[in-house]
Amino acid sequence: MTNTQIPAVRPSRPAAAPVTGAAQPSVRDRGTRLLATLFLAPTIVGIVVFTVVPIVGSVVLSLFHWNVIDSPSWAGTANYREVFTDSTVLVSFRNTLVFMVLAVALQLLIALVLALAVNRRMPMWLRSVFRSAFFFPLVLSAASISVVMKYLFNQDFGVVNWVLGQVGIAPVPWLTSENSAMAAVILVYVWQQFGFSFLLFVGGLNNIPKEIHEAASLDGATGLRKHLHVTLPLLSPTLLVATVVGVINALQVFEQPYVLTNGGPGDSTRTVVMVIYESAFEQLRFGEASAVGVLLFVLIMAVTALQFRLSRRFVHYQ
Amino acid sequence: MSQATLKTSPAPLSISRARHSLAPWARIAGLAACALLTLGPVIWTVSTSLRTPAESFDLPPKIIPTHPTAESYRGVFDQIDVWLLALNSTLVTALIAVGQMVTAGLAGYAFARLDFRFKKSLFALVLATMMVPLQVTIVPVFLVLKSLSLTDTLLGLIIPAFPTAFGTFLMRQYFLGMPKDLGEAAMLDGAGPWRTFRSVYAPLATPGLAIVGVLAFNYHWNEFFRPLILETSGQNYTLPLGLVSLQGNLGTGSISVVLAGVVLSMIPAVAVFLVGQRPLREGITSAGVNR
Repeated sequence: MTNTQIPAVRPSRPAAAPVTGAAQPSVRDRGTRLLATLFLAPTIVGIVVFTVVPIVGSVVLSLFHWNVIDSPSWAGTANYREVFTDSTVLVSFRNTLVFMVLAVALQLLIALVLALAVNRRMPMWLRSVFRSAFFFPLVLSAASISVVMKYLFNQDFGVVNWVLGQVGIAPVPWLTSENSAMAAVILVYVWQQFGFSFLLFVGGLNNIPKEIHEAASLDGATGLRKHLHVTLPLLSPTLLVATVVGVINALQVFEQPYVLTNGGPGDSTRTVVMVIYESAFEQLRFGEASAVGVLLFVLIMAVTALQFRLSRRFVHYQ
Repeated sequence: MSQATLKTSPAPLSISRARHSLAPWARIAGLAACALLTLGPVIWTVSTSLRTPAESFDLPPKIIPTHPTAESYRGVFDQIDVWLLALNSTLVTALIAVGQMVTAGLAGYAFARLDFRFKKSLFALVLATMMVPLQVTIVPVFLVLKSLSLTDTLLGLIIPAFPTAFGTFLMRQYFLGMPKDLGEAAMLDGAGPWRTFRSVYAPLATPGLAIVGVLAFNYHWNEFFRPLILETSGQNYTLPLGLVSLQGNLGTGSISVVLAGVVLSMIPAVAVFLVGQRPLREGITSAGVNR
């Protein structure tokens, strides 16, 4: 569109340019194209071999029965039918959705409150101390931090129950009761992850021009009202990104339930990715594992699309 | 007149400031409590790793051990081959970080500054792969690696991690932010496309490449899922795998040994945090702001 408009406004320029450039660019273009090919080859080949082909492979594999030892046999939709009748798989999808909703909500809420608090007036050094502290868990390995958390959440000698005991709360069987195991997994996950949303929010808040807040104050807006009607709408693009990334990450949760509870007690903390791992690499049911993988992919796409659809009503771009 | 307008505008500001003037200490105290809660588990880990096994379950937890001892650290070295695991982790992480900096730098530049066919669709392809969870593709990736006899090798962990969609995206943004006339000047001086990239743009991209490298280091040093699946023999384990197996071998008995192992594996991550804090933060923040 813009290309067709330019010659209409300035007819002399595009007429002149090709003449002077005609001889050289043909040589230069070939060089450029060769360079582009060389520059892109590692990335594109890598993505095709290790992502595009495997996606297609997953779909194909999900239509076969295969245990690596025998040769694959056609299954049609049998794997999918099995998935939809396998109570463990169904529970894992429910667990993952519950986990996603609670973990993302908690993570965003904590991150938002802390980002708003940090962005208010305070000495620079103090601000960077807080920023570093909230961001620190992100650099640790989820697997090893889950090992640590397993001790902290121990029913009898864990520090968490000891602290609760100090305020008169009876010991909670965090990791050994079906009712509380998911709560522990969520707390551990949120503890490590909220720093990510926190950093996004701090960046987003810094991007809001100061004048807008000053104008709002002049109009008499204060405290919570200012946040609700001024800050949040201006922050909404960042909120959208934080939610989308948070949801995609949460739907792939693995390390925390694997190390903390190994999916138990019962199936109460078994997540979709744990089921993929177990059915493929422990039970060697590659076909069924691929079917679960394909369904997870569809779920992630659907949830993400839904968020973008909903966001049209809530996200304001400046 | 101008005096009047000047006077009216600061007034409401000072009122709003006055209304919040009670809050600052409470707000900072609250933040400090949250920061302590965030760092608490890490502080506890370090202090417990320095306690004697007999004291490791002490409640209330003593932050400063009464009989500090490095005994547990010797225990870690007795139980698992820390040096081998550290070497594996370092090798894998460093090669992936360098590989990603190269591939993302090159591809990002091509998408930002070079003209070629299918540019838009190729870029869309790269962006779309950001959405594909690793777990969905892991079974076929495992099979591809198996057919290349790369399962249970470190190389099998390294090569598939070279292309990075996010890094490519980040580097493209980075190159787009650089002035175009620099390259045009070089071209006029007779530099070809390669020279223009090599001598003009690539040196300017160092901070962006640092972001990609630090992000890659952080992610892959801590990576658990792929090593768990790909590495079956202990000699190819990386640190997170070794740690979890350490815990499995010992049960809940020698908690301080396990925690000493955790502390050991944290050291490089913490070092990168201290040195690479800024690039890491910028990498994460730009995920939200640039899109």
